[in-house]
Amino acid sequence: MTTIQEPPVADRKPRRPRRARGRTELYTSYGQEMSLLNTRGKQLGVLAIIAIAAYLPLGLEDDMLAVLGGGLVLAIGAIGLNLLTGYAGQVSLGHAFFVGLGAYTAAVLSGDPDGRYLGFGITNPLIWIPAAGAVAAIAGFLVAPLATRLRGLYLAVVTLGLVFIGQYFFLEWRSMSGGAQVGRDAATPILFGIDLTRNGAYSDEQKLFWFFLVVLIIFALLARNIARSKVGRAFSAVRDRDIAAGVMGVELSRYKQIAFVISSFYAGVCGSLLFVLNGHVSAEQFGLLLSVQFIAMVLIGGVATISGSIMGALLIALLPQIAAEVPHLLPFISSSARESPNIFELEIAMYGVLIIAFLLFEPRGLYGIWMRIRTYWKGFPFSY
Amino acid sequence: MNEFLTAGGVGLGNGAVYALLALGFVIIYKSMQVISFAQPAFMMAGAILVSYLSPRFGFWVGALLGVIAIAAVALIVERVAIRPMVGKAVFVIAIITIGVDIVVRVVAGSFVGVDPRSIGDPWGLEAITIGGVRFQERHIAAILAAAIIVTLLFAFFRYTRIGLAMRAAALDQEAAMAQGVSIGTVFAVSWGLAGALAAVAGVFAASGNVIDRSLWMLALVALPVIILGGLDSLGGAVLGGLIIGLVEAVVRTYHSTWFPFLGTNTGSIAPYVLMLLVLLVRPHGLFGTKEVERV
Repeated sequence: MTTIQEPPVADRKPRRPRRARGRTELYTSYGQEMSLLNTRGKQLGVLAIIAIAAYLPLGLEDDMLAVLGGGLVLAIGAIGLNLLTGYAGQVSLGHAFFVGLGAYTAAVLSGDPDGRYLGFGITNPLIWIPAAGAVAAIAGFLVAPLATRLRGLYLAVVTLGLVFIGQYFFLEWRSMSGGAQVGRDAATPILFGIDLTRNGAYSDEQKLFWFFLVVLIIFALLARNIARSKVGRAFSAVRDRDIAAGVMGVELSRYKQIAFVISSFYAGVCGSLLFVLNGHVSAEQFGLLLSVQFIAMVLIGGVATISGSIMGALLIALLPQIAAEVPHLLPFISSSARESPNIFELEIAMYGVLIIAFLLFEPRGLYGIWMRIRTYWKGFPFSY
Repeated sequence: MNEFLTAGGVGLGNGAVYALLALGFVIIYKSMQVISFAQPAFMMAGAILVSYLSPRFGFWVGALLGVIAIAAVALIVERVAIRPMVGKAVFVIAIITIGVDIVVRVVAGSFVGVDPRSIGDPWGLEAITIGGVRFQERHIAAILAAAIIVTLLFAFFRYTRIGLAMRAAALDQEAAMAQGVSIGTVFAVSWGLAGALAAVAGVFAASGNVIDRSLWMLALVALPVIILGGLDSLGGAVLGGLIIGLVEAVVRTYHSTWFPFLGTNTGSIAPYVLMLLVLLVRPHGLFGTKEVERV
């Protein structure tokens, strides 16, 4: 008979686990491995990127800032779609509908109460951003019971139907949306008494860029936390094999519903901000092309990665600029809309080509390219 | 009553076009378990190509050449962009077809030009009157063409070796391969057939109209059709096409009496609303095979 000696519990002081110096991937506690940014390199890298992004408005032209600012907003929507499609595996072509709901909610709330269209005059973005998200989330909640019954491509087609039905109502409800080809003013952000869309000490593009950046950081952190929590792991289980996940005790319909609601919330927030830059919302913009663009952002950036969604969104936002540069290189492509082939056609074709090329050659997207670069340097001089 | 029958004629005519498109979707789905979102682009490309060919060769020869050419394009697309992805997640392949759709559409759209184009069909907007009800000849032609093509297709699947192979592959891909069925051939034939069907549908969709860049939108109606009929049912595609066509035309005719508060264009969303309603009751469509759930 041997007695097992209990370790003296009282002697163990609860110490904060320390990281071994120079061994960035040696974790000494679960907390370290599960943390938001689990290596020093990531912590410093993210800080550096945020610092550079915060400095950009002081160093770039306003035109470029407007493009990048649009990219930051699209990134919020892309993160939302990635939570739904990348993490939870529910293919949705209906993202444009929820973006539209958010855009109109924000526009109506901040609209002039005495104006031509429905408006409530609430110009504080701290109110209309969450409200836009909430309205889209409620719509997602209402759609979810239908969506959770369906799988795979059935779901893709049904969400596509949502876009058409939504666009119809946006077009027909003229007192709300301004009707076809007219549209209405986008939401105006007046934060702490400063109108972000008017030039003051800084130009409107600069102020909006900072504003978008802050919102994006908040929502990216939130998404990262969702992804590494219980909910996020349930999403992955549903994505990988939903029936198996159900057998293991993951409540399928509940988690699919949660995914839909969260994704719609993000879409709503994205929509509320998306048109602030150019100040105008019209119903035609919430069509199939916008949905496809979001899908492209997720796929080109990297499925089931938050940083990938941001990279993908920035690339898609920059595409018009890239397309505009092409006529200098290939003179047969015209920059006039009347001739064919022109840069507008080229831009749309580039979405298609990029989607095909990434899926064929780099299925993990821009994030995958980054992983390869990282692995190369980690493994240097060994190539495997 | 006459108004209703006229709507019925229009509805069946459009429904025949939807049915042809839906058959293309279903044939591809049966062979690869993928919805090819490229069908709308093939339809538009077909109509535009025929509009270039028919002034030179006449409508019938032009249409035939156009259909063959689009089938060839579909074959090439399948070989270049789809075949390397076989075995990957179906969602990934479906998204690739969206990419293909965009590229083909832009390329085809750049040939539309500024002048209005028509496919030079022999019936145009002429109509005949049967029992006091006017039927447009192009709708009758579409229904006849669809009936002939559907019969030929069913005969093809029933009586030819490759048709039998395709049915075998649809039933169980691995078992079919083990019996010596060449899956590659099955994929190629299904894409070729789908491309040809899309081009035929494009010809009828464009007949009597001016071709513009938004023609492909019409093909999207085939999506509710296949969901309604069930993704893997050829009969369901035909019936679904006719049902959707009828519902759309009837709603278009009576929307001002039924939904006066809903604006002017309820017909365009009727297919999607109908699809949602049917899916609430039957998640696999009217004739789709219920998926066996197992881990």
